[in-house]
Amino acid sequence: MKKQSPPHPPLTINNSLSSNHPSFLKAVFAILQKDISAEFRSRELLSAMLVFSLLVILIFNFALELDVKVRQSITAGVLWTTFAFAGTLGLNRSMAVEKDRGCLDGLLLAPVDRSVIFFGKMLSNLTFMLIVTIIILPVYSVLYNVNLFRLDLLGVILLGSIGYSAVGTLIAAMTVQTRTRDVLLPVLLFPIVISLLIAALKVSNGLLNGAEFSEISAPLNLLIAYDVIFISIAFMVFDYVVEE
Amino acid sequence: MQKRPILLTMLDVVSVIMLAISTYLALFYAPTELVMGDVQRVFYFHIGTAWTALLGFIFAAGAGITYLVTKDLRWDRVGVAAVEVSTVFFLITIMLGSIWAYPAWNTWWTWDPRLTSAAITELIYAAYFMLRQGIDDVEKRARFGAIYTIIGGISAPLTFMSIRWAQSRTIHPVIIGAENATAKGDFSMTPDMLTAFLFALLAFTIIFIDLLWNRIRLESKQSEVDQLKMKVTN
Repeated sequence: MKKQSPPHPPLTINNSLSSNHPSFLKAVFAILQKDISAEFRSRELLSAMLVFSLLVILIFNFALELDVKVRQSITAGVLWTTFAFAGTLGLNRSMAVEKDRGCLDGLLLAPVDRSVIFFGKMLSNLTFMLIVTIIILPVYSVLYNVNLFRLDLLGVILLGSIGYSAVGTLIAAMTVQTRTRDVLLPVLLFPIVISLLIAALKVSNGLLNGAEFSEISAPLNLLIAYDVIFISIAFMVFDYVVEE
Repeated sequence: MQKRPILLTMLDVVSVIMLAISTYLALFYAPTELVMGDVQRVFYFHIGTAWTALLGFIFAAGAGITYLVTKDLRWDRVGVAAVEVSTVFFLITIMLGSIWAYPAWNTWWTWDPRLTSAAITELIYAAYFMLRQGIDDVEKRARFGAIYTIIGGISAPLTFMSIRWAQSRTIHPVIIGAENATAKGDFSMTPDMLTAFLFALLAFTIIFIDLLWNRIRLESKQSEVDQLKMKVTN
């Protein structure tokens, strides 16, 4: 006899949260868990993001002729451009999967606040971005003989990725419902995240070139402010994005 | 059919007169600037359009918030009208600035903080129209448009700040308020210049309101036409 098929992801959420009023965090992590287990079964998103990132670095290598002198000043720029491009790939895919397979409707039916869906999706996008980062950094370090595996740099990348995935999740949730979706996401996203990217770039560049803390404190503050502002805005307007 | 309000017709006439007077003040009344010469006269319209465009973007974000709260489609029309007129005004600002920059800085464009953030702001609102074009459902279009104007309105000042820190030196003149030692093409205004300048601000504000009103009416007519079309096809 055939075994029963595994339960549908939204149902797992309901089962794991037996009470009618699941705690906010529990529900958020349930969505994160769903995305991660789905990803580790198919591996289509992470592998695409990774290969794409490596290709972008490869193209930069030839476009900018990354010799030792140029590398010093340009490493942060190459990294952030790579993350930004790879990030759109992941955002597009993660929202399109929800929409096309009707999973979003399931999530909307779950007896949780809508913002839970936002934070869940944001966290899973953030996780994928960070996984790509963790793999790209050592690869870049080996290829170009610079040590990028530094705690302070990782912290900056984390801050930048948080803001990026907050805005990205919100905008991807909108563009996925439009006619020209995958084309539209970068067009809408990049002008909004450019301030985040500039601030992150400025801080990373300062760290890599051994700048004083006073030099990077202003963009660092902006980075944190950006994260706080856009997470709160997304939290407030996400209801209107998924409303039917 | 609604009749055209008489106040709007009057506003049209006033706008045209104001524009004519403002042109006269800028081109003939205001004295020629000593260092830059006649090209400085671009300044009056440059600030006039920039001021109204930025106000318009803020106004559009306000209309966006109001739409999300009230769900009244009229506010969506106000929002799209404000963004459209402001985008055109801002494009005029950038182009006029370019015309001034060529003789003053010897280049049409430079990646100065103000110029860069102006270009990015313009791109945000260009993206806004692409977003609207991609959605057929009227209410969804209004909702997403409102959200995007809010995000855009918040992101524009952040962009300006971030670019300012990235390149701390600016060569864009700051005429009002702060003094700026690194600016190229700075000048101080004489009383006659100030008159022309303030009049240009007033004139462009009135022109902006007039265009906005007309554009909102056009949008309402458009939705009327759409409804009639629906009736015919059903």
